[in-house]
Amino acid sequence: MKSNLAEKRDYVSSTNACKACMPLGACLAFKGVEGCVPFLHGSQGCATYMRRYAISHFREPVDIASSSLGEGEAVFGGGPNLKQGLVNVINKYQAKAVGIATTCLTETIGDNVPAIVKEFVAEAVLDGSGEMPSLIHVSTPSYAATHMEGFHAAVQATVAQLAEPCTRHNGINILSGLISPADIRYLYEVAGDFGIKATLLPDYSRPLDAPASAQYEILPEGGTALADIKIMGGAKASLAFGWTPDSQAAGRDLQERCGVSLHGLGLPIGLRNSDAFFSAMEELGHQETPERHALERGRYLDAMVDGHKYLSGKRAVVYGEQDLVIGLASFLAEIGVQPVLCASGGRTAGFREKILEVTSGLVREEVQVEAGADFYRIAELSRELAPDLLVGNSKGYSISRELEAPLVRVGFPIHDRFGGQRLLHLGYRGAQELFDRLVNALIAKKQNDSSVGYGYI
Amino acid sequence: MDQVIFKERKDQIFEKGGDKPFRISCDKQSLAGAVSQRACLFCGSRVVLYPIADALHLIHGPIGCASYTWDIRGALSSGPELHRYSFCTDLGETDVIFGGETKLTRALDELIPRHQPKAAFVYSTCMVGLIGDDLQAVCRKAGEKHGIPVIPVMSEGFKGNKRAGYYAACNAMFQLVGTGETEGIPPMSVNLLGDFNLAGEIWIIREYLERMGISVVANITGDGRVDDLRRAHGAALNLVQCSGSTMELAKMMQEGYGTPFMRVSYLGADDMAQALYDVADFFKSDDAMERAKELVREELARIYPRLKELRKDLEGKRAALYVGGAFKAFSLIKAFRLLGMKVVLAGSQTGTVEDYEELASISEPGTVIVDDANPLELMTYLIEKEVDVFVGGVKERPIAFKLGIGFCDHNHERKLALEGFVGMLNFAEEIHATAMSPVWRFTPRKARPFLEEVAA
Repeated sequence: MKSNLAEKRDYVSSTNACKACMPLGACLAFKGVEGCVPFLHGSQGCATYMRRYAISHFREPVDIASSSLGEGEAVFGGGPNLKQGLVNVINKYQAKAVGIATTCLTETIGDNVPAIVKEFVAEAVLDGSGEMPSLIHVSTPSYAATHMEGFHAAVQATVAQLAEPCTRHNGINILSGLISPADIRYLYEVAGDFGIKATLLPDYSRPLDAPASAQYEILPEGGTALADIKIMGGAKASLAFGWTPDSQAAGRDLQERCGVSLHGLGLPIGLRNSDAFFSAMEELGHQETPERHALERGRYLDAMVDGHKYLSGKRAVVYGEQDLVIGLASFLAEIGVQPVLCASGGRTAGFREKILEVTSGLVREEVQVEAGADFYRIAELSRELAPDLLVGNSKGYSISRELEAPLVRVGFPIHDRFGGQRLLHLGYRGAQELFDRLVNALIAKKQNDSSVGYGYI
Repeated sequence: MDQVIFKERKDQIFEKGGDKPFRISCDKQSLAGAVSQRACLFCGSRVVLYPIADALHLIHGPIGCASYTWDIRGALSSGPELHRYSFCTDLGETDVIFGGETKLTRALDELIPRHQPKAAFVYSTCMVGLIGDDLQAVCRKAGEKHGIPVIPVMSEGFKGNKRAGYYAACNAMFQLVGTGETEGIPPMSVNLLGDFNLAGEIWIIREYLERMGISVVANITGDGRVDDLRRAHGAALNLVQCSGSTMELAKMMQEGYGTPFMRVSYLGADDMAQALYDVADFFKSDDAMERAKELVREELARIYPRLKELRKDLEGKRAALYVGGAFKAFSLIKAFRLLGMKVVLAGSQTGTVEDYEELASISEPGTVIVDDANPLELMTYLIEKEVDVFVGGVKERPIAFKLGIGFCDHNHERKLALEGFVGMLNFAEEIHATAMSPVWRFTPRKARPFLEEVAA
């Protein structure tokens, strides 16, 4: 059944956006660099709004500095404020790096951030050791794309500005895109089990999911070590997760400048994507998949069989960042759930083709694909498609409530549940967790809707 | 301490003590690089107008400003819920070059027929302030075309701090005031300004006033309605809470329509009771005063036994406050006193010199008063002052929790009514729940003494 609404033209306005803005993505990425303070060059509100948005998901301090531009600076340029802000952040936070992202304000007034940063490095007098931290700058005008492109742009800028061509070493780079702290920890574990020294960029697994500490850590520990970033150009390969061109940007830069071979893989969500990831690891680690992971795969396959009848033929609405949705659609199709609608606020070309490719041969209905969608549009289509469940971030909750279809929360942000930072999505273990949550959501629905109150389902 | 406080910010912090004269500097642009807890002018406007539930709130700008303000407040409506949508023109790169006026017109043409609002507020953002869209003209034309007021809110983020945003919001609302009929409004009537109906709080206050025989004309803006705003000038008195956000509107109405105003607070038993007595006094009504006294007696009797129980555990504990407006801090200091607790740190994002002066006068010696603080300062004072419970918003929460300190959300996201007498009890329960949780005994900063005690 294809919705006839599909033919309608795009709305001019956005209602309940299925995306956030570029600087947010950049800030998240910079949180994953050792000793790095994200710094927004713009008005004060941007930093505060994004802190609030991220804190509500991670439940961790997320300090984001701002150049706090006012009316005068908007007219005469924000250079002096940017420089003053950098001095303040470097001195008070003892930052090892500052990740400077622009905003729509500073992009529109045309501040030349690379030039201002260069001047700053030449002129600045700092407290303490006086050592100049790494200053990474990235252009992220909010109006240009979504938080996902902002994230990739920041990773690419970090690599381009800090990694240098160097002697070949045995390590690999993993450019994961926006995944959870639990996912990051899992990837390190897998790499370790293969005996591979992996540099994950970014790695906010500790800064954004930190243990309790005796003191407030001004600069939380963790993050990809600056020394490791510096030698990413010497790695024997880079794995970059995602099908969108932006997800490959940092890997491409390393390939072109430093000759690091680039393996583009989809986000390892579900069986086939995880298989692809593990086979890449086998190749790079020169060994077979260690038994514990092979067993996890086996148990997952066993669960797929045990649970298939709860899922077979169920229909799901999936939304979020494009690469996440592609991964989820692939996973859902494998387990017999029909993704009836795959939607994203992102507009990168090729989304539809990729969704059709990953679901091909596994689904019975044509998948409706919507790029540049907002939640008003997703709600409108969902009413017509009457899905059994939704899979996405917490922002689809109102649709789930209206349609009385369970929402299985994944990705970012999750603002209405606890523990979003600890959700695992990747690999066999992540697939198992997603699978269990999906099955249980449908069982709970059946149990709650039943007048009998079954004790065995 | 010195290494934490920026030299540029030294005069924005005051520690009460001895004969030291009060002095504080405030209402300034935030210091670059200081990680201020404040937002921007746009935020100020958006929070004030947000709860008007039958208006279309269209953000003219890039998507971020809309995404981060989508359904973020606990502001309830008894009817329409248009305020819970996040409408945006989602400006893109071509709009920066060619201007956003056409897109804005088309967005209004699309949204107004679709949602049938009673009015539309169009919020300007940084970008719009720079590309030079003529918001006034677009709004005027759209208003004529659709037959509803379409009101521009001049809320470009960079044009000032959050406080300036309040002013822009008041200006926008004032365009509605006076455009409706005032027939049938009884003489003992008020408007409620500066209450945002978080968790249904304005309904508690309305019920109290009704019990005193006083009618409410307009809620401004919690559970707010456009038509009520239009006839708000027919009320005999404006009750202004959260003085920062709506005081300007009260002043405009006094000047334009001669409506007197009175500052009130519904937080804490002391201030709640005082507000009701002040209203009865204003109307010089013995009947209303009698009813107010009866109401206060009844309500206090209902909450007092439980408050006494809670106080037993809380007596002597230390609290810190960091809130949006300083006015709220006055009430909280009194509310904490009722619980036997002492406030040792009080700060706000948008206080005025007068606010801080009053804050200092009711504070105990040793209390730190801070304007426009940041995580480093808050962290330092929370430790130095040995705080047990911190009251703030979402951005302050992880600072408290990382330090192993209790926390109470008193900001716009809260889902718990804290106004009125019932709110005082809720507040006490909330403070008790966090302060008395056993988890603090296990967190690293306090675990060692506790574990040693157990071992002994």
